[in-house]
Amino acid sequence: MNILLEAFAKSFELVFTLNEDLFEILLLSLKVSGISLLFSCLIGLPLGTFLAIKSFWGKDAFLVLFNTMMGLPPVVVGLIVYLLVSRSGPFGWLGILYTPTAMIIAQMILITPIIVSLTSQIIEEISQEYKSLFASLVVPSHKAIIAYLFDARYSILTVVLAGFGRAISEVGAVIIVGGNIDHLTRVMTTTIALETSKGNLSLALALGIILLSIALTTNFILIRLKFRAKRRMYV
Amino acid sequence: MYKSNKKNLMKLTPIEVIDLSVLLGKDLILDKVSCSIKNNSITAVIGPNGAGKSIFLQTINGLTNIDDGKITFNKLHNNDEIRNKQAMVFQTPTLLRRNVKSNMDFVSNVKNKNGKLVIKKILKRVGLEGYDDKPARLLSGGEKQRLSLARALLIEPSVLLLDEPTANLDPFSLKLIEEIMLEESKKGVTIILTTHDMAQAKRLASDIIFFNRGKILEQTDANAFFKNPLTKEAKKYINGEILL
Repeated sequence: MNILLEAFAKSFELVFTLNEDLFEILLLSLKVSGISLLFSCLIGLPLGTFLAIKSFWGKDAFLVLFNTMMGLPPVVVGLIVYLLVSRSGPFGWLGILYTPTAMIIAQMILITPIIVSLTSQIIEEISQEYKSLFASLVVPSHKAIIAYLFDARYSILTVVLAGFGRAISEVGAVIIVGGNIDHLTRVMTTTIALETSKGNLSLALALGIILLSIALTTNFILIRLKFRAKRRMYV
Repeated sequence: MYKSNKKNLMKLTPIEVIDLSVLLGKDLILDKVSCSIKNNSITAVIGPNGAGKSIFLQTINGLTNIDDGKITFNKLHNNDEIRNKQAMVFQTPTLLRRNVKSNMDFVSNVKNKNGKLVIKKILKRVGLEGYDDKPARLLSGGEKQRLSLARALLIEPSVLLLDEPTANLDPFSLKLIEEIMLEESKKGVTIILTTHDMAQAKRLASDIIFFNRGKILEQTDANAFFKNPLTKEAKKYINGEILL
């Protein structure tokens, strides 16, 4: 019990004293997760929409592949990215191993399948709902896609935040490709892992509480938005 | 009251349906049906459930593939330009997950129709004045169907297709929708509706198409049909007997 109280006290102390190291780690965590989420959305939302509304040979295989990739073990992704960007790897010339860029790539590989699969399910449902109406109104496909994405915005927001949750809480891949280098690639999760291994449990727990607070705030906003949308039958 | 501009009405009639066959999977839904729909008429398509009425309407609207035969609109084959001058009201209205006004705005945007004022007038006409910000999917059944009709009117169609537009509706919605149908017909819009309501068909229709098992058994003037149906199936149907 003591250790928990100590951890809470420590986390408050870290936040309210504006601890420089903590904010550096926090900002890097948000930056890496934010950028990987942005790129994953730029790839995943159009790809998921395309898979939902187009019929082509091999479509099911793609959907199965992305669904399977939703459960990719982060350490395996970390290892693959490591092999690709290490000096002897095919992309070694980029020199991005142990940099935030490598961490962003690893996180993108982890969250893009989530965005693709869930977007595809959401858009498929809404496109089926609107199918006859849009066909009758002769709605051009680009306007139909905009309408699907707009009308499914609350559900898509859930997908985006699910992706963010996966990214911000990820440790296995980023520790392999980032190396947990102080002031360079150290993020919340890797710091927690490091401090735990050093026996500095109160600091690790304090960071855990801050991480949890971010997740709680994000989910609280999400639930409020969804509740409002449900009340108006927009989902 | 909102008045449709007659000059904008592209002439799509007569609609000629010639030996039309439609298959859904392996089921023959429409079996070599032929009929002609006159300009400015209200045609009621009647017949028992599963006779092919809704598919007939959807095929005219270009929503179903034609397996054999053809449909012409004033001698022209269906294309996007012709379909843009048709409007369809479905039995179960599909409303966008938005408010009433945004549902209208969407159609206005798709059809390049200009006018907040027109939308306001149409909403007033269908009894949805002041409903702008109400979520469309929270409307009652009658209100949903009236919004669906409002969207159709916004298109200023030459041909208005209505699939059981008043099924299970309250008397107010039923009366309003019927009044609008008659007004539109007077303005020169050709209306085709499916209905199970014989009284409604008598009140509104100038022509009747009677379907049974995917075939048109009769197409005639409404008065003649109800006074003296030619087929025993039509007689049975009018008398409320089950057609096997």
